[in-house]
Amino acid sequence: MNGAREEADRAAIGKKSAEIIVAALFFAVGALVMYDSQRLGSTWGGDGPQPGYFPFYVALIICASSVINIVRALMIRADKDSAFVMRGQLKLVLAVLIPTALYAAAITWIGIYVASILFIGYFMRRLGKYPWWKVVAVSIGTAVVLYLIFEVWFLVPLPKGPLESLLGLD
Amino acid sequence: MAEIQSLMHGFGVALTLTNLLLMFTGVTLGVIIGVLPGLGGANGVAILLPLTFSMAQTPGGATSAIILLSCIYWGALFGGAITSILFNIPGEPWSVATTFDGFPLAQNGRAGAALTAAFTSSFFGAFVAVLVITFLSPVIAGFALEFGPPEFFSVYLLTFCAFIGTSKEPAFKTLAAMMLGFALAAVGTDPVTGTLRLTFGSTRLLTGFDFLVAVIGLFGIGEILLTLEEGLAFKGASAKLNLNVVLQTWKELPRYWMTSLRSAAVGCFMGIVPGGATPASFMSYGVARRFSPDGERFGTGKVEGVVAPETAAHAAGTSALLPMITLGVPGSPTAAVLLGGLMIWGLQPGPLLFVEQKDFVWGLIASMYLGNIAGLIVVLTCVPLFAAILRVPFSVIAPIIMVVCAIGAYTVHNAIFDVWMMVVFGILGYLFKKLQYPLAPLVLAIVLGDSAEASFRQAMLVSQGDMRIFFSNTLVGFLTTLALLLLLWPLLSWSLAKIRRTSA
Repeated sequence: MNGAREEADRAAIGKKSAEIIVAALFFAVGALVMYDSQRLGSTWGGDGPQPGYFPFYVALIICASSVINIVRALMIRADKDSAFVMRGQLKLVLAVLIPTALYAAAITWIGIYVASILFIGYFMRRLGKYPWWKVVAVSIGTAVVLYLIFEVWFLVPLPKGPLESLLGLD
Repeated sequence: MAEIQSLMHGFGVALTLTNLLLMFTGVTLGVIIGVLPGLGGANGVAILLPLTFSMAQTPGGATSAIILLSCIYWGALFGGAITSILFNIPGEPWSVATTFDGFPLAQNGRAGAALTAAFTSSFFGAFVAVLVITFLSPVIAGFALEFGPPEFFSVYLLTFCAFIGTSKEPAFKTLAAMMLGFALAAVGTDPVTGTLRLTFGSTRLLTGFDFLVAVIGLFGIGEILLTLEEGLAFKGASAKLNLNVVLQTWKELPRYWMTSLRSAAVGCFMGIVPGGATPASFMSYGVARRFSPDGERFGTGKVEGVVAPETAAHAAGTSALLPMITLGVPGSPTAAVLLGGLMIWGLQPGPLLFVEQKDFVWGLIASMYLGNIAGLIVVLTCVPLFAAILRVPFSVIAPIIMVVCAIGAYTVHNAIFDVWMMVVFGILGYLFKKLQYPLAPLVLAIVLGDSAEASFRQAMLVSQGDMRIFFSNTLVGFLTTLALLLLLWPLLSWSLAKIRRTSA
């Protein structure tokens, strides 16, 4: 909305393609559910509906409506097609999404506290361009506050890693 | 009247020091949640829900827990208006209509008036809705005690068809999103026979998808990704709210009593029938513009243009709890999260609550009165504080919100797998929002999927597979017919418009 960067203002993906991709994904999910419901039995058993009965029809509706959504997307004329996401926007979104995914994966090995410190630190340093002392203060400060709230106050244990066992906190 | 007596009893339950403290804590937290991008009523309550697990185990604790969570909800409803008026950024979807006149008012230097009008009308809307809840819910609950599986299924059907009939999103996208929710709800153990469904051999899917994780991902992570696109800077008007401005605005407000009443009525209706707060706010803004003597000046900064959407949004948000406590059918995503809380605490939502858990129900209803008073006090006195939160740069606040979301997702089941699911739901939320797939029916379907399916199958067992059971008596027939009408409404209105166009 705000900054006008020329290169960044080119569309990365058109709305039409995005509509078709998402509707196709819906169709795939629907097909998968139908397949599994069929396996469980989607008809009327001796004593009533079988386990797959309800999901089967739910999935049938998913498939039917995604076909309609695909058709509607295909009817968007090329000159009416607008951008789904700009290049600049997509870059920004990916610059956040990829670290978030890595963060979620890292929790298993290094615990949620260390992962959070690194995540907040990365965000502030790369996207906010803050001086290091601020980065360190905010990220470690947040982790300490979270530790106090969850572990001490509400007694909810959060996943911990090697650093916490080194410090004897777990 | 019996209701007044029960309500007084409820005040006795709700008016303890702990509960009052929880109310103020909840409302303050809620306003912060409502102000922050990426955190809203639904996912804010979802994140904090696990913290109440141990609280709810103590005697009377479930009441305290619901008071805390519902006050967070009231706070979030109030908070949405602050960002809309000062920053032109709707903190919540139902505050979008508030920006139309609220932000111009702030630009004209009348931010204080706009905020006072918004808060006061929010309070008024909520108050009307709580009155409706007080007097209508015992009636509906009493009525619903006689419900059997076909009646319950027809209520569910009505709920979901109402989404299709009233949503602004394309009907087939609404349908697809809703059915995806039902499919997700079906994953795991079949509630009737115990067969494993759709797990594809994965042990992690045995318990199915938890809707709390879905809510945190869809609304939290998805929202942050969307906000990022808009750039990182917030520029806003400054907020000054002194007693003088408040009193002057209060003098002006009675002029709009008709708008207020109309908006409250629209809001209550849309909240009970699960249309939700967002369409209610737009609808009453539109109605107010049409009926107001200076309707054509709406959008340039009219106080009336703030009163209408805020009253309706708050009335709808509040009355969405009515079907939740009486029927176990929530009217909004946040109500759905609260319903999930009830189930986790071991309370069965539905008409029996009014018989078996009188303290809980009436304590909750009484706390709605008190919580909204607490909310009004908090927001009127602390606006500059809340506005200051928004001035914290996004590159600091966004990662902290993400971390809080991750912790919230983890604590639901103490499973790291849920954090990964949250990220997946976040991506889905981003895509769905951008392509106008509505999230509310998706979430409601995940919550209600199992109960809806169970009532359908029980009804089918009773009738031996005869669909006519859904028309077997007046009540169930009426509900089913109404549901089908709402379902076909987009088609009907489309063909009506077509006929009108060809004849004109």
